[in-house]
Amino acid sequence: MRTVLRGAGRLGYLLGLPAVLLTLWWVSTASSTDFYFPPLRTILSAFGETWFSARIVDDVLPSVARLAAGYLGAVALGVTIGVLLGSSRRVRLLAEPVLEFFRAVPPPVLIPVLMLFVGIGDTMKITVIVIGSMWPVLLNTAEGVRAIDEVLADTARSYGLTGAARLRRLVLPAASPQIVTGMRQALSISIILMVISEMFASSSGLGYTIVQFQRGFEIPEMWSGILLLGLLGFLLSLLFGRFEARALRWYRGWRQAQKGKS
Amino acid sequence: MLTRSRRWAGAVPDPLLGLLGAAAFAALLEVLPRTGAVSPDELPPFSAIVRALAAEAGSSGFWGALLDTLRGWGYGLAIAVAAGLSLGLLIGSVPVLREATASTIEFLRPIPSVALVPLAVLLYGTRLGSTLLLVVYAASWPVLVQAIHGVQDVDPVARETAAAYRFTRWGRLRYLVWPTALPYLLTGVRLAASVALVLAVAGELIIGSPGLGSAIGLAQASNAVAEMYALIFVTGALGVCVNLLTRALERRVLAWHASMRTEVPA
Repeated sequence: MRTVLRGAGRLGYLLGLPAVLLTLWWVSTASSTDFYFPPLRTILSAFGETWFSARIVDDVLPSVARLAAGYLGAVALGVTIGVLLGSSRRVRLLAEPVLEFFRAVPPPVLIPVLMLFVGIGDTMKITVIVIGSMWPVLLNTAEGVRAIDEVLADTARSYGLTGAARLRRLVLPAASPQIVTGMRQALSISIILMVISEMFASSSGLGYTIVQFQRGFEIPEMWSGILLLGLLGFLLSLLFGRFEARALRWYRGWRQAQKGKS
Repeated sequence: MLTRSRRWAGAVPDPLLGLLGAAAFAALLEVLPRTGAVSPDELPPFSAIVRALAAEAGSSGFWGALLDTLRGWGYGLAIAVAAGLSLGLLIGSVPVLREATASTIEFLRPIPSVALVPLAVLLYGTRLGSTLLLVVYAASWPVLVQAIHGVQDVDPVARETAAAYRFTRWGRLRYLVWPTALPYLLTGVRLAASVALVLAVAGELIIGSPGLGSAIGLAQASNAVAEMYALIFVTGALGVCVNLLTRALERRVLAWHASMRTEVPA
């Protein structure tokens, strides 16, 4: 009984404020005649009509596919280069200023550059996501590799651990907390770049579709698109949380043990 | 091999290695277009970009665009920090509020603020308000989340000691909560500053409001390729300055913090 009550309380906390906010939104716009802020009821019905249609296949799925391709490419590239940089102090020092500069360049300005090189097709969008999202992964990986515990490294060396085995058993696991941090940042940047690259130059995709609604003054449809992007961001965040919990289970356990010790 | 490696390492001091890397990169940018490995129409030689940069620096349009971007970034960041800080301290201090708002924050935070671009265009067109809407939304979250974490991190023993000495509410805030939360807040500000710049430039690029972003888009559309690269370089330099600025702020404000003080060997 106590468990049930506690569970109900937790659920109340979890859903209480969202429910209140949605109710407020619904009630306060119910009789709205403001063209730009239509009733929530209208937005929700537009949501169903707009997105549960051919658009899912024509616009939503391609966007998500490009996002996935770009993000995975960024992670693969970032980890690879990051490991190389982190493994050699001199190479890292050599490359550091240039890398810091590229990290500081706001990723959206890559879009005009890549339009010159590869036009406005899928390649441009995926490349924008890869290049824009790569930096947090790369720099965090390099830092993680650089910071590997010396005792661990020496022990691995004395046991004759080299090459691929060293990479898989020592380098990647030791750097993984940093790598995952970089990956989380990269995910946010990827989503932003997916939307921007479609808004700026495209003829399909989520970003493009939403802008078209805005230009056509189809306001409830535009709002439903904004909601969809919000849901997408939220779902991807949940997915990443699951991945992080699994990938870093050992790290959490180790930290708990350390905390308990002191 | 060890001897050779050591000699090489000793030959070039560490600070120079970075300069060497930057110089090599610049040389690469000069050579690739000139040899035809990359078309000069897509990537002009580094020297052409430098000349374009010098020309830009002499034009009032450039400085106007730079100021516009800085204005959007600065105002947006200030509003975001104020809002995030206030809400964060409030939510962090009241356990019930913290629990009640956790799911809402978790839902709203990952929403890409560029989703608000169409709304910004309808409400504000190409005026400053468009940029501010995007920047404030995106930059508020890092500050809010860090503030909440910071308040939560107060040492229980310290809190009970403060209670035993009957600190006033203000005293508790000033001497207990604020010092504990400050490192978190500055982390939030640093993250927010970077995000704010990205969204300011992104907003300009898409919406066309005045600033470096729209200047870059215009240069690209006009086929002024060297100018486009020059402006991108400026934007990157701006990003570097933002990073340096926030790190300097962190170092100055947190000079007293344990993580900043280094032990001097006896």
